[in-house]
Amino acid sequence: MTDMTAPLSDTAPPSDARPRALRKEPDLEARRRRAAFWFLAPMLAMLICVAAWPLARSIYFSFTDTTLTSLYDGRWVGFDNYLSYRQLSSGRVVWRGTLADPAWWNAVWNTVRFAAISVSLETVLGLMVALVLNVRFPMRGLVRAAILIPWAIPTIVSAKMWGWMLNDQFGILNDMLLRAGLISEKIAWTANADTAMAAVILVDVWKTTPFMALLCLAGLQMIPRDIYEAAKVDGVHPVKVFFRVTLPLVRPALMVAVIFRMLDALRMFDLVYVLTPNSSATKTMSILSRENLIEFDKFAYGSAQSTLLFALIAIFVSLYIWLGKVDLGGRTPA
Amino acid sequence: MERISAKWRGGTAIGTAIVLALAAWPAAAVEISYASGVVGTAIDSFRERVKPWEEATGNTVNFVPMPASTSDQFGQYRLWLAAGNADIDLYQTDIIWAAQLADQFVDLSGPAAEIAAASFPAIIESQTVDGRLVALPLYTDAPALYYRADLLEKYGAGVPRSWEELTETAARIQAEERAAGNGDFWGFVWQGNAYEGLSCNALEWLASSGGGHVVEADGAISVNNPAAIEALELAAGWVGTISPPGVLAYQEEEARGVWQTGNALFMRNWPYAYALGNGADSPVKGLFGVAPLPAGGDDGGSAATLGGWNVAVSKYSQHQEAAISLALYLAGPEAQKAGALGEAHLPTLVALYDDPEIAAAQPIVPRWKEIFEQAVPRPSAPTKGAYNEVSARFWSAVHETLSGQGSAAENLELLELDLDDLKGRGW
Repeated sequence: MTDMTAPLSDTAPPSDARPRALRKEPDLEARRRRAAFWFLAPMLAMLICVAAWPLARSIYFSFTDTTLTSLYDGRWVGFDNYLSYRQLSSGRVVWRGTLADPAWWNAVWNTVRFAAISVSLETVLGLMVALVLNVRFPMRGLVRAAILIPWAIPTIVSAKMWGWMLNDQFGILNDMLLRAGLISEKIAWTANADTAMAAVILVDVWKTTPFMALLCLAGLQMIPRDIYEAAKVDGVHPVKVFFRVTLPLVRPALMVAVIFRMLDALRMFDLVYVLTPNSSATKTMSILSRENLIEFDKFAYGSAQSTLLFALIAIFVSLYIWLGKVDLGGRTPA
Repeated sequence: MERISAKWRGGTAIGTAIVLALAAWPAAAVEISYASGVVGTAIDSFRERVKPWEEATGNTVNFVPMPASTSDQFGQYRLWLAAGNADIDLYQTDIIWAAQLADQFVDLSGPAAEIAAASFPAIIESQTVDGRLVALPLYTDAPALYYRADLLEKYGAGVPRSWEELTETAARIQAEERAAGNGDFWGFVWQGNAYEGLSCNALEWLASSGGGHVVEADGAISVNNPAAIEALELAAGWVGTISPPGVLAYQEEEARGVWQTGNALFMRNWPYAYALGNGADSPVKGLFGVAPLPAGGDDGGSAATLGGWNVAVSKYSQHQEAAISLALYLAGPEAQKAGALGEAHLPTLVALYDDPEIAAAQPIVPRWKEIFEQAVPRPSAPTKGAYNEVSARFWSAVHETLSGQGSAAENLELLELDLDDLKGRGW
């Protein structure tokens, strides 16, 4: 603030510079705020159009009985799409709605399992790759660029590609494993309910580890070199250096990277949609909600599921920020 | 300023001239957009086929290619139609969509009365919703049993007439072929992925064994019965024995991949695989034949799921007259015959099955009439808007049975309950 006002007061006549600057300061502040608002306005308008409005619409739809064929004739049905109960004439009570739907809870479990496993693997592998790339070696720039290739390929393309590689009869993966003698017969990776999730996680880890590595590398490069030199002079074991110096200092960057990936993983859609679209072993919340929205003509029910997905992600992120004391402002925690 | 307005005046003059020209020649410069899934060389042959219509009317046709998967097409079309999209005039629709999209399409029963009368009544019926003919049939589809004639002859076996016979023959020849050094050889490939195609496969097992049609024409849920359970148990026994375990992830193309590399004795597939299997670079060229799918048990009859594609006119189209004209042309005898000659599409017009030219160029077409006569429709008409969900529940229950998660009896009982819930007070 002060360094910005300084040149302004310099140009004013020296005699009444101080009082004028003092009088002007709130004015200037207000002007700057107004200017900032106008600069931000187009972006805010854009965000309201493409994010807030659709979100509000789908939350609204989830309380109606709208279908895709009659988008504007939905009636308000309260929480029926979430949870409702009916008493049958026999006295039996039947629960209905997403929250009583086993398919939904299966999808929640699949998504959470997928997110937890894939993000943990990606974090560990990404950090390892970043540590390697942080060391000086010849052609480092080239290797850094090359490692980003899986991240640069559109997911739909890499998913199709992996779909062929994982094919049981003519897939290259089975062929290599057979030749190496690691398996005795061809495995139907995406067909088998036991391996389908593993296959999806494998492809996701392959694809997203470079992204993690990049974010970790950025964090690693913020660590001052002299700390390492001091550790070296003191003769500290490299493993101890990693746990006592590197890890704590790279933690803020790592936490932000994990939150990015977690958000991505919780709304997992494309990979599963291409590799195993209808397998209940891998069906995620997004897949299920799309199925209801479009395929099954249960638009309101699907809207309720996407609203729940939104709520789950919001709760998760708040918890993560609160518990992990992550500062998204970019300052290192005390 | 002066020059600009002069320019404007010139522009207006040209504009007026164009408007006048358009008014004088109303048929000109209408572009009709046609959305359709694309398999193989579909785009080229479509352009070829619409040329006579374009020349006769002066209109042009813009082909909008869509993904090959019918569920992907359906999702996109449903979104477009919900948004009242006027960019697409004609949609190529799957036989099962009629009831679900009926409200968005124009009633063609008036203009197409002649075509409707000349078509197979069952197909016209499948596209008629509440008395409105919402789509015109372009060609029909029914799967058959593909068999390797050379191998059957080599091991002295006949073309199987029942599923039990197929199981036996496949197991025997698979064992012999493997002993002879072909380690990747399988007896029978089909479509076991959890998708619409599995509903088709399973419907055939059920219908051919007297196990009903999942939901009957009157809306009654019939899926939980002893014949259906037995048929499903038999099929579950194929996975890992005469069919590769990966068959549970196969769609049409994966099955054809195994078959066309010469690694399968039998295949259940649609007619399109016939022309491809006899292609110049196919290892099984000239080595195979087709027959109606096997029957279940001793008293069952063969059943083939009725497929097929139709053309529907969007009610949001701004050139409905031209669009209807194109739809009539595409569903008419000239275009259907071209499709039969060029791509072995099965005509929906009865008379074309006796056409000598088609019989000479594509002997498969008249032969398929026999298969087509045993075709059974999927329960899309009685279940109306809920069909996709009914089908998804059905294929999930079948897929679980095939992959060993629960027995056929348990899964069909649960399915019956699910369908009952879904049906509520009525479809």
